[in-house]
Amino acid sequence: MAERIELTIDGRAVAVEPGTTILEAARRAGIDIPVLCYSKRTTPNGLCRMCVVEVEGARGLIASCLTPAAAGSRIHTETERVVRARRTMLEMLAFSVDLSEAPDLQALMDRYGARPERFEGGARRRPAPIDDNPMYVRDYAKCVLCWRCVQVCAEDVQFTFALNVSGRGHETHIGTAFGRPMPETTCVFCGQCVDVCPTGALKPRREWLLEQGMSAEAMMQATMTEKRKRGPALGGDESPGVVGRGGEGSRQRRDPS
Amino acid sequence: MTSGKIDQQPVHVWLSGLAPLDRSHLLPTLIEAQRRYGHLTPPTVAAISQALRVSEAEILGVVSFYTLLYDRPTGRTMVRVCTSPRCAQAGGEDVLRRLCEHLHVQPGQPTADGAYEIEEVPCLCLCDHAPAALHGEMPVGHLRQVPVADWLARPQAIGLGFIGGEPRRLTARCGAIAPADVQAFTALGGFAGLRRALTNLTPQQVIETIDASGLDGRGGAAFPTGRKWSLAGSTPAPRRYVVCNGDESEPGTFKDRLLLEGDPLAVIEGMALAGYAIGASRGYLYVRGEYPRAQGILLQAIEAAQQAGYLGTGILGTDFTFEVELRSGAGAYICGEETALLESIEGRRGLPRLKPPYPVTNGLFGMPTAINNVETLAMAAWILGQGVEAYRAVGTAESPGTKLFCLSGDIDVPGTYEVPFGTTLGALLDQAGGVRGDLQAILLGGAAGAFAGPEALDLPLTHASFRSAGLPLGSGVIMVMNGERDLRRTCYHLARFFAHESCGKCFPCQLGTQRQLEIIGRLADGGLRPGDPEALDDVAFAMSETSICGLGVTAGSAIQSARRRWPELFRPAGE
Repeated sequence: MAERIELTIDGRAVAVEPGTTILEAARRAGIDIPVLCYSKRTTPNGLCRMCVVEVEGARGLIASCLTPAAAGSRIHTETERVVRARRTMLEMLAFSVDLSEAPDLQALMDRYGARPERFEGGARRRPAPIDDNPMYVRDYAKCVLCWRCVQVCAEDVQFTFALNVSGRGHETHIGTAFGRPMPETTCVFCGQCVDVCPTGALKPRREWLLEQGMSAEAMMQATMTEKRKRGPALGGDESPGVVGRGGEGSRQRRDPS
Repeated sequence: MTSGKIDQQPVHVWLSGLAPLDRSHLLPTLIEAQRRYGHLTPPTVAAISQALRVSEAEILGVVSFYTLLYDRPTGRTMVRVCTSPRCAQAGGEDVLRRLCEHLHVQPGQPTADGAYEIEEVPCLCLCDHAPAALHGEMPVGHLRQVPVADWLARPQAIGLGFIGGEPRRLTARCGAIAPADVQAFTALGGFAGLRRALTNLTPQQVIETIDASGLDGRGGAAFPTGRKWSLAGSTPAPRRYVVCNGDESEPGTFKDRLLLEGDPLAVIEGMALAGYAIGASRGYLYVRGEYPRAQGILLQAIEAAQQAGYLGTGILGTDFTFEVELRSGAGAYICGEETALLESIEGRRGLPRLKPPYPVTNGLFGMPTAINNVETLAMAAWILGQGVEAYRAVGTAESPGTKLFCLSGDIDVPGTYEVPFGTTLGALLDQAGGVRGDLQAILLGGAAGAFAGPEALDLPLTHASFRSAGLPLGSGVIMVMNGERDLRRTCYHLARFFAHESCGKCFPCQLGTQRQLEIIGRLADGGLRPGDPEALDDVAFAMSETSICGLGVTAGSAIQSARRRWPELFRPAGE
């Protein structure tokens, strides 16, 4: 067995295998470092910087999800600087994005006393929901740009490449080539993007329709009418094997992170 | 991209002529497709997707990242008017307004006949010719005095700009010879460094020479060049690369443009030298898309160097082989960040990578890469040609040699000045004819730099003395503002620049540059609210402490420096 690395996190001595991230080391010691974009199912990109910690001697705060624990380092996960950074980022994010379906983030905002209203008058990202396919709805007003959906659609899982990250800066958004409706893309409706979305920006269409106040009966009726109207035209192939791969099946697996 | 008639040749015929291609050709292919077909249509993108085996979604992600690529029809001649800090002070916004009125259009909207389209763009790095614009591919300047109808119909290209200071080392040949004339170049000492290295020195000795000279990077970070080459050369790998960072986009900078247009062979010589030193046989010269004239000159210079046997196989009769490929950026300040630049060459959105690992071990295509600034490489060639002693004859012991400084703003003679390190800031301003009016502020290091007041005039221009004064020397930006300038407006233009140029990857910068702009917008309009200064500080803190790359880390630094130096400017209305 490889030699173990010893370090201290919030004053506690921790020993881990080489290559273990600070985040993982902290979790093993029972110390909770909040995360947002991080997921065990996608390659970490260190985008949200919510998991930053203070490492003694380092310039700036360090993203714990990416940084391997180093021998002898002394780490503090909840200092004044850490809290100031996290609170400010939550405030900026909550002002731009609708976090009403992200209970974890709301809890974090309470924990740090975040006040998004400080930025009143600023730009918000509020595009209309996109209801362009029978399987799922994309409500990018709730999108925090964690990239998980794009990653599972691409090299991390499915190699489908229907989704992309478009634009830049505050205008960055998740999209498709030329903004095409989902049935006109390479999407195979596997549902994995819906599954990894942490904020309800992607959700099964039926769930969304229920939220819009549609009754179960009306939904069944609409589905049947839609099927009749579309016939075999849906993506040129209506085999249930393809279309049915999304939906409930994927919804039962919850993102473990 | 402004070709008058659309080439009707089917896209797949053209693409098959370029095979075999891979993803790393995405950006050049998109740029060329746009030049041929006007803009990037769905059939063109589909064909490129097939040929390069990159998904259409990813291609559109790339297209949407770079401001010079379009998936919609544009005017045939794009007129890009600069309104970044210096041009805005010089009346750039006024120029833009008059141009729009003249053509009866809004920015981003083609004229009715499709002949023109106007764009408002961030810094074109023509600050010594402010207010400036790009008329198609022609850089034009000093537009405030010229009637719009005149410069639009008969654009006059600006020259290299004023070159001052002494001793003239890097700038000696600029303007004195035709830029791609190998004979004239060698007659004035060109290729002496490469010749000496290849015929008399081992790669290790070249690195030792650069080390002994004390040369450090001139792109802003001042990393020791010899150490960078040593690291890139000593990491075991099947291939290595040299990359020249010519993505000069820092507002207030224009020195690299001078070298690329005025003495391109010196840059090429420096690249070949770096290749010899680290054991690379291929170099990429990445030049921003807004420098089309420099790119044209560089293509000629590369061709001329090849013809004369200074590039290619068996250079100067040795077994050293080195090729240089020119790569164009496509409108993204962030690609000046070295890892974003590498991503761009590889055919991706120009997003900074997570570091470590650093490019010296894991750079272009994952291989060890020496990525150096234009001025650094040209200076390395000079050092090998003239010797370490000559290099260290001027400057200070700690910062030896000369450096190019970009003087713009309220100064009598704006331009590029080559002076020894250690010259005081005040002495340099005197060389440029002095300040026009009363000196109020100097922006040092560019948008990512800091403001200083008149108290900085006695500072010697060295990294050490600037660091101890809490100021950045950076890439050599010295933008002078007299008492008539509204610093709040300048802060607004800086904030707008960063909001436009944030790549959007990490949350603090993606959100913070926008929040900063909103608060500074209120500041500039005189409507700062109670709580705004504290919110501004929190935003700057989050950006500087947690951003992935230097853009985010420094996106608030100039504004914060103004806040410390002139706190009274940041008081909310009524307080």
